[in-house]
Amino acid sequence: MYSFDPTEEQQMLVEAVGKYALNDLRAAAREAEESNELAKKLVSKGWELGLLQASIPEAYGGFGERSAVTGALALEEMAFGDLAGTLAVMTPSLFATPILLVGSEEQRQTWLPKIIEGDWVPYTAALIEYILDFDPNALKTMATASGDQFILNGEKAFVPFAKDAEAILVYADLNGVTQGFIIPKSAAGLTISDEREKLMGLNAFPMYRVKLDSVKVPAANRLGGASGHDFAPVLASMRVANAALAVGVANAAFEYSKNYAKEREAFGVKIAQKQAIAFMLAEMRTEIEASRLLTWEAAWKLDQGKEDAYTEAYLASTGAADMAMMVTDRAVQILGGHGYIREHPVEMWMREGRGFATFTGLAIV
Amino acid sequence: MPIEFESPKPIVQTQFVLKTVAEEMMRSKSRYFDEHEHEIPWDYIEFMHTAMKAMGVGSLAPKEKRDGNGHEGEEKKEKRPPIAYQVLAAQIEALAWGDVGMYLVTPGGGLGAAAVQAAGTPEQKAKFLARFGEEKPTFAAMCMTEAGAGSDTASIRTRAVLDEKTNEWVLNGEKIFVTAGDKSLTEYEKLGKGFVVVWASIDPSAGRAGMRAFVVEAGTPGVKVTKLEHKLGIRVSDTASISLVDARVPFDHILGSPTVEKTTTGFKGAMATFDATRPLVAASGLGVARAALEFLKEKLAENGIQIRYGLPRQKLTNIEREVIDMDIMLKSAWLMTIKAVWMADNKKPNALESSMSKVKAGDVTTKITQKVVEILGPLGYSREFLAEKWFRDAKITDIYEGTGQINRLVVARQILEYSGKDLR
Repeated sequence: MYSFDPTEEQQMLVEAVGKYALNDLRAAAREAEESNELAKKLVSKGWELGLLQASIPEAYGGFGERSAVTGALALEEMAFGDLAGTLAVMTPSLFATPILLVGSEEQRQTWLPKIIEGDWVPYTAALIEYILDFDPNALKTMATASGDQFILNGEKAFVPFAKDAEAILVYADLNGVTQGFIIPKSAAGLTISDEREKLMGLNAFPMYRVKLDSVKVPAANRLGGASGHDFAPVLASMRVANAALAVGVANAAFEYSKNYAKEREAFGVKIAQKQAIAFMLAEMRTEIEASRLLTWEAAWKLDQGKEDAYTEAYLASTGAADMAMMVTDRAVQILGGHGYIREHPVEMWMREGRGFATFTGLAIV
Repeated sequence: MPIEFESPKPIVQTQFVLKTVAEEMMRSKSRYFDEHEHEIPWDYIEFMHTAMKAMGVGSLAPKEKRDGNGHEGEEKKEKRPPIAYQVLAAQIEALAWGDVGMYLVTPGGGLGAAAVQAAGTPEQKAKFLARFGEEKPTFAAMCMTEAGAGSDTASIRTRAVLDEKTNEWVLNGEKIFVTAGDKSLTEYEKLGKGFVVVWASIDPSAGRAGMRAFVVEAGTPGVKVTKLEHKLGIRVSDTASISLVDARVPFDHILGSPTVEKTTTGFKGAMATFDATRPLVAASGLGVARAALEFLKEKLAENGIQIRYGLPRQKLTNIEREVIDMDIMLKSAWLMTIKAVWMADNKKPNALESSMSKVKAGDVTTKITQKVVEILGPLGYSREFLAEKWFRDAKITDIYEGTGQINRLVVARQILEYSGKDLR
């Protein structure tokens, strides 16, 4: 059957996330963006909503079951508040969720309880590389087998909270296939840049470069254990997350510019009463809905283990990146000169809007 | 029920069956009827009528109760949520994949029956809808547009005056662009007695509040088909002009309330019909778009061109990017359509979703068919294949049942919480 109603449980979760997103994240977003700093308290409060914890079974210290649909709903709602804050709150899932999805039993036992049972602790993952032709399935960071361990060489970029992370899940190319490797921060040959990444957006979200110079990884720390793992479900889950976040940010820009257009007067009427503006808003709303439904379907297919789930996740993410650019650009356009000024949040959302073509790897459902 | 995207069994079955129908009965005749405008595809009409009767489906328009072996009976026993509109949307999409013009010549109630369904009383539904299950194939149509009133339906000039002596409505006016108007009104031997639903004002001073719909049956004196249009596409579907000169219909042929109040109930009746039918029109467009996109993929595959899904954008060839973008458009437009009809099935107000699905489908159907012809080059432009026909057929999706612009207005009013006065 087709159905578009979230469960009661999901609705309650989305409501709780929605309150936090507006009252906490949105309220702090501009200052955080200007000062390059997210308050630790803010992140802890988001962590206490228990999104990751609820996606992990009791056996590993959690209190629920992972659902990509629930994850997508929650991420959209939180990103409606603020993207940087959402990414920060969810950073530990970059490490934990792949372990839950494709990790070995031993890895789940070792890592999951310690990540989710306490306060927010920065465990992270490194996928993106600072190259022109970046492709998550053709990484330049190389892993080579050497006896009962692997040797990793290369450089990763945009690694969230790397400076403080207890451990990093580093993705590297092993014989032409992307594989994850769990690397504790003390590993020899692992260097984390002192400087944070300086990007067009996400100023409040600390990201770093990570260099790997012959870093030795025991075979047991290969994601999935000695025999490794399938990267496709991990990448698809990242793509669904990226799409859901894009929908959330686009929806924030849409709502803000819509409300502005209903207030702002020109030539004796509200500018929303002009078809030039009203039609832009109608199209923004329509495209948001299109992306949202495609994202939900991809998430649902992941949960159901459908054959075409990975392709669908790819389409959802690709479509949402375009949609978010269009919608956030128009939000700035609707505010005109005011949209260009940092007193309003739309310019920030527009900078984020362009990012979704690049952000896959910064979040996961 | 939680969020779910599993096609219900009745939809999967109907898609399977209709694929064969589309290939055997429609595709094979597509070119012929495109080149022989105004010829009637009797084989298709009779086949569809027999097939629908055999399935216990008298009309493509959803009904509240179906006798025979319609899906609804089974659904009710098992207390499953209703899916009649969803099945209908899937059927329309599947038939339009075969040939959207010919789909419009599917016997059954079409938009006329949909109007009765949406605005009629139970008695009216019983009286006017039963004919579609009878021996001969039967048509019905909607007469809204006039030469001076397209989407601006409130400026309709057709008048209906009550003759109190005979208790009849007397209708006068000229209607144009009536889809299947000829088959609904002209008394062909092979067809049952059809009707058209005519929108007219019972009180021009009341504006929209005076708008009402009347069932006018074939054979009514004073009603005439005056012209059949020659069109860019969907040529097998007749588009008729109809004149009404002192056409008399019984009092109970007025759909909904006969009194004019200071409200816009009558007009809202028309709009409610559109809420129900817009996603169905969206579905018909998406069938064409899917046909075109599948054809393109076939031709690309024949020429050894693979679409490498999963690659980052910058590594894709232009053709891959185009095809992937079209996949995204088509899939998301279909989901919007299904959501709109799912809401209708579940009696959720869907004015916004219904119009959004039409906006989106109008966009993607025209874009995809245009892009397919472009990418196919000479093969696309040639009449040897159907791509160029689909390009012509597709354009109507963004025009009828409210142009893309009218639907943007509806969407904008919904999201801004504006009335027609606030946003003209």
